Amino acid sequence: MTWIVATTRAERLHLHLQGQWIVAHARDIRAALAALPEPGTAGLHIEVSGAAAFDLAGAWLLDDWLRLPPQAALSVSFEGELPDGLRLVRDTLGAGNRADQEQDKEYPFNPVRLLGETTIERVDDLRAGVRFVGRVAVTFARACVSLRRLRPISIVRHVWDTGFTAVPIVALVAFLISIIIAYLSATQLRAFGADIFVVDLVTVGVLRELGVLLTAIMIAGRSGSAFAAEIGSMKLNEEIDALDAAGVDSTEVLILPRLIGLIIALPLLTFIADIVGLAGGALLCQQLLDIPLQQFINRASSAIAPTTFWVGIWKAPVFAVLIALSGCYRGLQVRGSSRELGRLTTMAVVQSIFLVLLADALFAVLFMEIDV
Amino acid sequence: MDSVMVNVQGIVNRFGSQLVHDGLDMQVQRGDVFGIVGGSGSGKSVLLRTILGLRRPQAGTVQLSGQDITTLNPVELRTAKASYGVTFQHGALFSALTVRENIQLPMLEHLRLPLDVLDGLAMLKLRLVGLPANAADKYPSQLSGGMIKRAALARALALDPPLLFLDEPTSGLDPISAAAFDDLIAYLQHELALTVVMITHDLDSIFRTCNRVGVIVDRHMVVDDLARIVDHPHPWIQSYFHGVRGRRYAPPTPSTGVPHGT
Repeated sequence: MTWIVATTRAERLHLHLQGQWIVAHARDIRAALAALPEPGTAGLHIEVSGAAAFDLAGAWLLDDWLRLPPQAALSVSFEGELPDGLRLVRDTLGAGNRADQEQDKEYPFNPVRLLGETTIERVDDLRAGVRFVGRVAVTFARACVSLRRLRPISIVRHVWDTGFTAVPIVALVAFLISIIIAYLSATQLRAFGADIFVVDLVTVGVLRELGVLLTAIMIAGRSGSAFAAEIGSMKLNEEIDALDAAGVDSTEVLILPRLIGLIIALPLLTFIADIVGLAGGALLCQQLLDIPLQQFINRASSAIAPTTFWVGIWKAPVFAVLIALSGCYRGLQVRGSSRELGRLTTMAVVQSIFLVLLADALFAVLFMEIDV
Repeated sequence: MDSVMVNVQGIVNRFGSQLVHDGLDMQVQRGDVFGIVGGSGSGKSVLLRTILGLRRPQAGTVQLSGQDITTLNPVELRTAKASYGVTFQHGALFSALTVRENIQLPMLEHLRLPLDVLDGLAMLKLRLVGLPANAADKYPSQLSGGMIKRAALARALALDPPLLFLDEPTSGLDPISAAAFDDLIAYLQHELALTVVMITHDLDSIFRTCNRVGVIVDRHMVVDDLARIVDHPHPWIQSYFHGVRGRRYAPPTPSTGVPHGT
């Protein structure tokens, strides 16, 4: 398709525009302009009327080309008046307005600067995190003076959402993990004829570590993300501001019930995970190792110390605090865009799982030192 | 070329047992600035969604530039959608993209353009709607309400469409910004030879920009020139144009031309 017919008359380059000068053909029009012969020194004459359509994009392309050297130095005449589109482009962009496109440049890559910025960012993040934990603690202490300010109905809702509805998946995961330990240890211990120690491994493993740890990780993925997303979208919708403006403490209304709800729900879920885990272990021992149920129970009671069960259960509320606080904290940091919401929800989950594992490692060392 | 840009014939929209439009007709001629008016819940937004091809009506046809969009397949509909620009009530800018990227998105989706052309056209559209050049790299959350409306308008104009739909363009703006936005619409309509269809509650907007008005009453539409429709006998139309808020626009005598309240 031809966009421009160029002829030279009396040293002047005459351009006759043809076809559809519209945004859909911008690529071809630009190529056609670039392929034009070098204009002489006597100037340009442009006829737009031959074009079947001449929209703003077409006008911009022509204007942009006319600003390039060597055309920029030439006198340009048009057939009749200046075409409307071209006039509008010139009015809009004006003289000298192109220069201000270049401001607000990013700084070039500089490792020292990057290190400094990242450090300051991390320190600020840490300080904000500490401040958040402090605010929640103070609000919690204040709210404890009356039952009404603890919002029991809201707490019940969160126990339901984070606890009761999670029972099937938590039970299933506990069942599967006990089967995995039993199977793995059975294949190893059978070589030594020490099959019976499978019972020790399953019961101690599930009760002390895996029951609570896997439950906490499941809940971090399930409820930590929900907290961040709920609070984050409320933040985007200015609902948090609306609460604060109404004189309602948003920490007290939104964060405390989630925190307390999860502190109640997670130990209960851990208890369920323990029971199902032990049942799964017993089932596998019976089927795979021919250890009857009675023998499993006898062996299990001698394998576990009286504290084994409580060591697992006591970790649950600590993990609950870590999960609830990271979820709510990241949710409150959401600002401006839906991408932020996604980023901070991801961060909430990753961080709460990391904190849970870190705390579990610290607990393992602590419990070994105090010998329980 | 056909001079009817939007031709809506016998539209029926129903939600369950609730009948919203019952055989609604509407025609917009090339070059019109057409205001759609109606009470809350009268189905203005449903009508707009139907015209845009976002919703299939239970009956009736919608023609945009002579093409019936209710019978198009998804691929044809996609092409038809490139022929109009639309702004939504709250801007609906993509919050994860900068203003420049928002304006470039329709061009990227529908056309293959070199990067410098994309940047140049985006900057042109930005300046055209009266935004400063440094707004290009800002995110929607960093803009004021008026700037969001303007950026949304720039995005609607990205593909140089002949037809522009505006959903409540001046809602949420202060009277001065709203008047400036009305002037911008009138300016662009004149300069780009646009046909504009806008939903609005704002009487100032109607009198400043529209030449034709369609009022949705009783599930139908009453369409007339602005100068004549203010005298339509329907009680809702009477109270709309001559109620407490509309009174100041009443023309001194019924036979004078276009009443301009300001």
